[in-house]
Amino acid sequence: MNAFASKKSILSVHDIKKSYGAIRAVDGVSFTVEPGEILGVIGPNGSGKTTLFNSILGQIKPDSGRVDFNGVDISGKSPLELSRLGVGRTFQNLQVFGKLSLRDNLIAAAQEFRGSFWGRMLAPSDNGVGQRADEMIDLFRLGHVADLPAGSLSYGQQKLVDIAMAFMPSPRLVLLDEPCAGVNPSLVDGLRDLLVQLNQRQGGSFVVIEHNMDFVMKLCHRIVCMVEGRVLAVGRPEEIQGNRAVLEAYLGN
Amino acid sequence: MSLSKSHIAFLAAGLIALLVLPTMLKTYGLYLLTLWLVYIIAALGLNLTVGYAGLKSLCHAGFMGIGAYTVAILMKAGVSFWFAMPGAIVLCFLFGLLIGFPALRVQLHYLGFATLGFNLLLMLFFRNEEWLTGGTFGIQNIKRPELFGLSFSGNLAFYYLVVFLMVVSAAALAYLLRSPWGRAFAALRDNPIRAESTGVNITAYTLMSFAIGAAYAGLAGALFAPLVNFIEPAPFGLANSLLFLLMVVVGGSGRFYGPVLGSAIALLLPEYLRFAKDWYLAVFGFAVVVMMIWLPGGLLSIKERLQLSKAKRAAQTSDSKAEAL
Repeated sequence: MNAFASKKSILSVHDIKKSYGAIRAVDGVSFTVEPGEILGVIGPNGSGKTTLFNSILGQIKPDSGRVDFNGVDISGKSPLELSRLGVGRTFQNLQVFGKLSLRDNLIAAAQEFRGSFWGRMLAPSDNGVGQRADEMIDLFRLGHVADLPAGSLSYGQQKLVDIAMAFMPSPRLVLLDEPCAGVNPSLVDGLRDLLVQLNQRQGGSFVVIEHNMDFVMKLCHRIVCMVEGRVLAVGRPEEIQGNRAVLEAYLGN
Repeated sequence: MSLSKSHIAFLAAGLIALLVLPTMLKTYGLYLLTLWLVYIIAALGLNLTVGYAGLKSLCHAGFMGIGAYTVAILMKAGVSFWFAMPGAIVLCFLFGLLIGFPALRVQLHYLGFATLGFNLLLMLFFRNEEWLTGGTFGIQNIKRPELFGLSFSGNLAFYYLVVFLMVVSAAALAYLLRSPWGRAFAALRDNPIRAESTGVNITAYTLMSFAIGAAYAGLAGALFAPLVNFIEPAPFGLANSLLFLLMVVVGGSGRFYGPVLGSAIALLLPEYLRFAKDWYLAVFGFAVVVMMIWLPGGLLSIKERLQLSKAKRAAQTSDSKAEAL
């Protein structure tokens, strides 16, 4: 049992299923995420991790199953509604506002959560989140490129911008889709420290899809291992590392 | 609002030029200058829809037609210009909302075609509904307005009215673009999927970008009708919708002063290309093609492009220095 189980779950996923034709991409997955927890989701390519993510986030509609966020059913809610409820996400491929400056990207990621739609037409330009954007820029050490168009930054920098954007509105739950992919190996440890810091400071819960085992094992409190659309094992990092079935799934025997 | 000193100086110089220039011009020159300002108002609106919010619109001249016909018809019915003009703006705003709905479903060139269809529909309406629009004969003798005994019927007086309304509408747009709305429009343009996951209400901003853009065309149309005194369907056809798009793109799509430069070029270049006679469209078209290849960001992107390449060179040299250490 994990250390968080006694508290009320922030996210609980019940029996999600999604097929594409004859292929069962996600075949009955259930798990919970507790307040403040960092949950890793691992599994070989094609094991259904991203489909699961997209089902939770309303990007695709699962065939069956139910997702509760903070005790409320969020199945079928749009990405916009989810963001309003406090669910943030990062993207596997780069998704920044290319022509806006880095700082504007961060402000854009949080400005819509304050005031009314019509009120924002007359609000100050940064809608009161400029200072928070500057704090994020400091935390991610991106000060030297803060005024450049985000689309002109390097891949790794854009990745950091993407992550910082997800955390801008202080979401209660963030889903990170392969935060390490394409990031220079020498920067991976720094990224992990950043996420730990954000977790401790903001107190939100994270769900992390990642292939970098070292990163996942050191970052996550608990890990879900998926194979062929099903949950193969759930447990603390050391339990997963010692799990024979997991090793076989990864090493092919 | 914080503008740099050079920006303020530039604006002041521009305004003074606008106030002094007409005293040096003859009738036709003054007419062209006034028409330029009217086109600027329309192109400012299209720049919001196309340049800032990143949507495709090929019916801007149609919106302008709605504005022009509304003012002409209402004034013929005895309504004052000062009520007809806001009426034209509101009507265009509502039509803009309506045209925004397809934009929620279709994007890129599909949206281009949907709006193009709308423009064709408007043209048929202007041409065929003779009882209302006068058909191909149009509506003649549209009077210029007066206010509290002050007449704007003279060319110069009407010019100053147009200058005033252009400055007011440009300032309003600048204010809007500096507000969080401006950033939300750009977010919608740069990455709608990401925008939605960061709380940007794509539906609302898409509709508003069309509606506000159309309202600007409505104001332009409302001024166009009394400027030329006579309206008929032709100026509100697809060709001019394309011309508006050209103004935005040539000047610099998504740049505030892009439409100012773009409409000057679209309006004045044909005048200077008269020596080319029938070839002028070919010359003009060729110039646009060349520019799209070498300077896709429009004329106003030159400065930024130079700055960016300079910044990149600087970053490279500092990187190589860091490696050498």
